[in-house]
Amino acid sequence: MTMAEFWRWTESRWTAPDKDWKKAKIITAGVDVGSVSSQAVVMADGELYCYANRRTGSDSPNSATNAMNWALEGTGLTLDKIQYTVGTGYGRVNVPFSQRAITEIACHGRGASFMYGPTVRTVLDMGGQDCKAIHIDEKGKVTNFLMNDKCAAGTGRGLEVFADLLGVSINEVGALSLKVEEEPPPVSSTCVVFAKSEASGLLREGWPKEKVIAAYTSAMAHRVVTLLKRIGMEPDFAISGGIAKNIGIVSRLEKELGFKALKPIYDTQIAGALGAALFAKALAEKGK
Amino acid sequence: MVTAGVDVGAKTIKIIILRNGRIIGQTIIPAGYDVRESMKAAWADVLSKAGVQLNQIDRIISTGAGRKEVAEANDQITEVSAVARGAIALDPRIRTVVDVGAEEGRAIQINAVGQVLDFAINEKCAAGTGAFTEAMARALEVTIDQLGPLSLRSTKAVAMNAQCAVFAESELVTLVHSKTSKPDMARAVHDAIADRIVSLVRRVGMEKEVLLVGGVARNVGFVESLKRELDTEIFIPETPETVSAYGAALLATGK
Repeated sequence: MTMAEFWRWTESRWTAPDKDWKKAKIITAGVDVGSVSSQAVVMADGELYCYANRRTGSDSPNSATNAMNWALEGTGLTLDKIQYTVGTGYGRVNVPFSQRAITEIACHGRGASFMYGPTVRTVLDMGGQDCKAIHIDEKGKVTNFLMNDKCAAGTGRGLEVFADLLGVSINEVGALSLKVEEEPPPVSSTCVVFAKSEASGLLREGWPKEKVIAAYTSAMAHRVVTLLKRIGMEPDFAISGGIAKNIGIVSRLEKELGFKALKPIYDTQIAGALGAALFAKALAEKGK
Repeated sequence: MVTAGVDVGAKTIKIIILRNGRIIGQTIIPAGYDVRESMKAAWADVLSKAGVQLNQIDRIISTGAGRKEVAEANDQITEVSAVARGAIALDPRIRTVVDVGAEEGRAIQINAVGQVLDFAINEKCAAGTGAFTEAMARALEVTIDQLGPLSLRSTKAVAMNAQCAVFAESELVTLVHSKTSKPDMARAVHDAIADRIVSLVRRVGMEKEVLLVGGVARNVGFVESLKRELDTEIFIPETPETVSAYGAALLATGK
């Protein structure tokens, strides 16, 4: 099976311009291996030092190493200087250089708290193949959560299928969905497979691409809202994961929920790995 | 009396014409992009086979997802009622009907006269429908006709974690990389759909005999997996796709 390249979202890496790892007392790392994407985050003395975010691909056992190598690229920092690494995500057992694995719910809670601040209470993580609604306290500890990981509706994979159908880069589908004057009725099926057939029909009826993607995005946002309403919305509200970058989804969510999401300053996909790196720091300090 | 049953499905249109309750013509054609155009072609084909004209048909009943689009129908009925009627006419011993189409899966419990006692439908999710097998055939790079026979060559059961067709497609790609054999993967696909169908059957309760209908009944791999999981004999009609249209045509006779 070959898909056109429209699903290919932008992979990225980043190094803090103003930090020198050689001056750090404690260097830890977190690696989040998801079914769609993998992230490696390195923290120096509890501050973000560098990270990388790339597609997991089909070679899952090596994706942790690949992500870490890319994160460290150009920094001069090597794996042996990292005191503690925690793995998380669906592939957390495949992080050969980690000392511990911690569940992604816990890591996302912790990471979101760091990324958005101690006022966050509701975190929505929209990832490659699952969608999580998490309640956290001021320290980022998880108090409740709900997850959909059985169904592609409301996940990145669903959006990738649509990006491919419409021949639009996934980086642009969000903005494209907002180019409609009037919001069309949402597609009737939340199932990605059926929604795709429905969308093909709409395209043949002459619907422009932006209208089709708006209809799908609307259905997707609505489905996510149902998940959030089940757990209850408590401010402040923050969104993590790749779909947080889709302004079409975010704006529709905010509208339907009546809640604004906090603005991210870091790449929203690193929340899990970041939380893992923070857990690693705590574990290293306890001498575990 | 001449009657017709029209089943407009997600993928195909089926029409059956009866004279005094006996089949004198039937057709199955792809629904395609333009259902109205395809309907014209379907009528042209079945009318010529039956040797009748449209205005000679006393009563037409439509069924299927697109039943409202059949302008020439005198009445519409649900697929559940239609397939129940068709099933009991094919074999009076049938008490459970399993209908697996392109985009829906159904399990129906019927009584001795073909009345519906209970039913369970999946119409929200591609898992457990023909759409699932199509996606998997694509992932395995075989045609839908090759998928069934391929799975019969499997030597071991491989569990699939994903229930969702979209995730299962990715999972297959990973399995390909881990060197799982194609027959074993094909079998895993059929076991997965059979799982979904069996949960529908358990909801209504299985009573022998069991009739399997719908296009997916032609998939020998799926039939094998279903038989294994239900642990019972499964009857399959010669043209499994047309049973709903047949039932609609029978109901059009008033019986």
